[in-house]
Amino acid sequence: MIENLRKRLRNLSALDVTLWIFRLFIIVIVIWGIIGTVSRNPLNMGAAQWRDLIVAGLAQGSLYALIALGYTMVYGVLLMINFSHGEFFMAGIFTATVFVAIPLDQAGLWNRYPLPSLLLVGLVSMATSMGVAVLTERVAYRPLRRAPRLVPLITAIGASFFWQYFFRGLYGSGITAFPTVQALEGQWTVVGFQIGKAQVAVMIASLILLVALYTFVMRTKTGRAMRAVSENKDVAALMGIDVDRIIVITFAVGAAMAGAAGVLYGLLYRQVHFFMGFVPGIKAFTAAVLGGIGSVPGAALGGLFLGLFEAIAPNLVLGGLGIPGTNQLKDVVAFTMLVLILMFRPQGLLGERLGRHKA
Amino acid sequence: MATKTRFNGGELVRFGLFATIVTALLAAVGLVTTFGERDIIGGVLSVGSIFLFGVAVGAAFLLTRRNSGAPWAIRLVGGTLLGLFTSILPLLIVLLAEPLGLRRFLPNISPDLIAIMTFGQGVAGLPILVLIFAVAGLLGAVLALLSASVRRPLFAGLLVVFVVGLLSETIILSWGNQGLGLAIRRVAFAARGLSPLGALLLFLLVAGINALWNWRSGWVRERIGALPPAPRQGLRWGGIALGILVLLFLPVLLRSYLTEVINNVGLYILMGLGLNIVVGFAGLLDLGYVAFYAIGAYTMGILTSTGRLGLAGLTWWEALPIAVLMAITAGVILGVPVLRMRGDYLAIVTLGFGEIIRILATSDFLAPLTGGPQGVLQIPNVPFFGMSLIKPEHLYYLILAGCLLAFFVSWRLRDSRMGRQWMAMREDEDVAEAMGINLVKTKLLAFATGAAFSGLSGTILAAKLNSVFPHSMSLYVSINVLCLIIIGGMGSLPGVIVGALLLIGLPELLREFAEYRMLMYGVLLILIMLSRPEGFWPSEVAKRELHAREEVAVTGNANTAG
Repeated sequence: MIENLRKRLRNLSALDVTLWIFRLFIIVIVIWGIIGTVSRNPLNMGAAQWRDLIVAGLAQGSLYALIALGYTMVYGVLLMINFSHGEFFMAGIFTATVFVAIPLDQAGLWNRYPLPSLLLVGLVSMATSMGVAVLTERVAYRPLRRAPRLVPLITAIGASFFWQYFFRGLYGSGITAFPTVQALEGQWTVVGFQIGKAQVAVMIASLILLVALYTFVMRTKTGRAMRAVSENKDVAALMGIDVDRIIVITFAVGAAMAGAAGVLYGLLYRQVHFFMGFVPGIKAFTAAVLGGIGSVPGAALGGLFLGLFEAIAPNLVLGGLGIPGTNQLKDVVAFTMLVLILMFRPQGLLGERLGRHKA
Repeated sequence: MATKTRFNGGELVRFGLFATIVTALLAAVGLVTTFGERDIIGGVLSVGSIFLFGVAVGAAFLLTRRNSGAPWAIRLVGGTLLGLFTSILPLLIVLLAEPLGLRRFLPNISPDLIAIMTFGQGVAGLPILVLIFAVAGLLGAVLALLSASVRRPLFAGLLVVFVVGLLSETIILSWGNQGLGLAIRRVAFAARGLSPLGALLLFLLVAGINALWNWRSGWVRERIGALPPAPRQGLRWGGIALGILVLLFLPVLLRSYLTEVINNVGLYILMGLGLNIVVGFAGLLDLGYVAFYAIGAYTMGILTSTGRLGLAGLTWWEALPIAVLMAITAGVILGVPVLRMRGDYLAIVTLGFGEIIRILATSDFLAPLTGGPQGVLQIPNVPFFGMSLIKPEHLYYLILAGCLLAFFVSWRLRDSRMGRQWMAMREDEDVAEAMGINLVKTKLLAFATGAAFSGLSGTILAAKLNSVFPHSMSLYVSINVLCLIIIGGMGSLPGVIVGALLLIGLPELLREFAEYRMLMYGVLLILIMLSRPEGFWPSEVAKRELHAREEVAVTGNANTAG
């Protein structure tokens, strides 16, 4: 026992010690902040405000979850971070807003038939996202399957900026308003809780989509092929699976989820613009890593957790430390979380430990 | 392939579809309109028209080359048909823009665009449009049919005319106002762009020189090769001396405005050399490189500012070591958490770091130190033996000194033990570790060196602008630097300079670029990675590696043939 401990101590490198100190430092800060908030309540927040934050966080988190699916699935089959996934999300809803939602609204049909209108917007959004994703895969990723890993990553960054500025040129650089759905205005009271209708709709829609995707991946033949490809491409090919086709399908399905998430984003924030995919993209990637990249339920869980964390942590932790303007630091909290996960638990909440070739 | 005599019709349709879609998108994105004002040859040819018709020329060129077995008349007809095919979607845009109210959806399908595409003549201009598309296709086909010895001077001439025409505004502003410059301007330049006569003269000149060079270059090389070693050394040193002389007198040559542009390029060269160590040598893809630039600039600002936020009131030279040291420290601190991450994860985490630094600099939290969104103001100029470096011509020498230092350090590091360790790590971390390389030390040193160059660049920026703003520390700086080293060639030192001149210098001269800069960078990144991953000016190692397989294939074929 003691012998064992001594052995481990001897193997401890300076780097490990530094990382441990860093870990302790973070834990101390977090606890300090929470104690500060709980004991002094520096921001003067009541239960109602915390509840609103939680609900907003969950709605935001379900968006992250939907976008994170694309990252996780593509990473599963290609072991590559699809940097331009956030742009697939933007492309879908931007196009659907410009070509469907706004004309419908101007024709007066938007609020007369809200459900069919939203479904139509959703379909167009998903189809556009899928189209953009398939095109990107075909042009920028497929020819580079066997290239060094840095190469497809760089094309992914290039594709990301290309799509952003392509759509900026196409639809303009301003912020476009997503028409308001009057049926989803206001609030519902659920067991004494007041919850915004739009937020409820977003959460329900996300849940349905997540379940549908999970069923697709676990139950259908294509889903099984996808999982086989992510286990081992060569063996999957030997089993008669058309690997290229499965990869395209993976991109398309992931992008479809992102396209659907776009509609929910429109409902929540009521605006679209060319840059809207960037930050949600990175956040969703964080969510995918948090849940364990490669795992579908992990992405869902990671998304919800990140949304919640991001909504609460600035006020709960940073507020207690006496830091002003906590809401400006939301993104800092999310990025810090990404760094911490990658440092200390790269396999995420639900993921298996990644082999060294994967990490 | 030579036995195939039939023209591939399916290919014609595919190329045509591609060309017409791309042309329509270029118009819809606004490139044709925005660049319509930028004349290459005054009143005849603008960059906008090149965007409009260039795709047809290029597609016809490729199509004709791919069907090299068919008779030449058929290939010419094929090219013309391709041009006609390309005109379909642009025609539809012109015809449908009004009735469908396309502008509501796509703001760039504006009356301006329609006017450009119909030559200001309404529907009557459409036949002209179709005709020009057909001629463009024919031109592409003709270019492909010419023999290489004719084509090379032709392309060289066209390229130079294009570049000179593109930059004509700057050229006129800088040199065209007196003496010889004014005389040349009267003949060769129009109000905007080159004059037709000037373009023709320039074209003939360059094409002639190129043809002459193609004809005699073998002879010149032979003569140089035949020289005894001593004069050859002399020739080399003479070249270097000439280079240094040009660098020293560049501001005199370039005048104020262009020197300012070169200064900006210089700052990016400095950063590029730093990132080149991190990405090019050590293979660590860092997307948060702007963080060190920001730290260098802010440290310099806070230490030297005479305004509200100034802490110490130091001079630039006194604060320089502190600021660079801060950047290095930041490099090491941010380097530690990512030591065990690779490739993709490293990229996204460093991107996060860059954003964290920027958000922190803007936030209320650090506002007492960094001034929040207003930034740090009233930063004094660089004092230098009693005078202060304020004009771009003065700052040029400071930046030049920085660049030369960074260049020298990079150059010496590349061939040093450290450099070889970095490259070993880039190729394979596990193997490098097995060979006894201390990965922790090697990685941290790469981060630290890169951060030092970037921090130095930041300190100069602070003194150059006399202020530091958080919004100039955006992700785009990191992406710009990354693009320029990739386009120049990863790991290649001259590549950094070429990349910076192309990617930073050119957009500064052409204000239309501002909007489409990132669009073009995106396309460039993808194209470079697909077709020429070693960049425009590759390092020797990259060239050897990336083309090793081709060479093997070639020698393999030679062997089987033998």
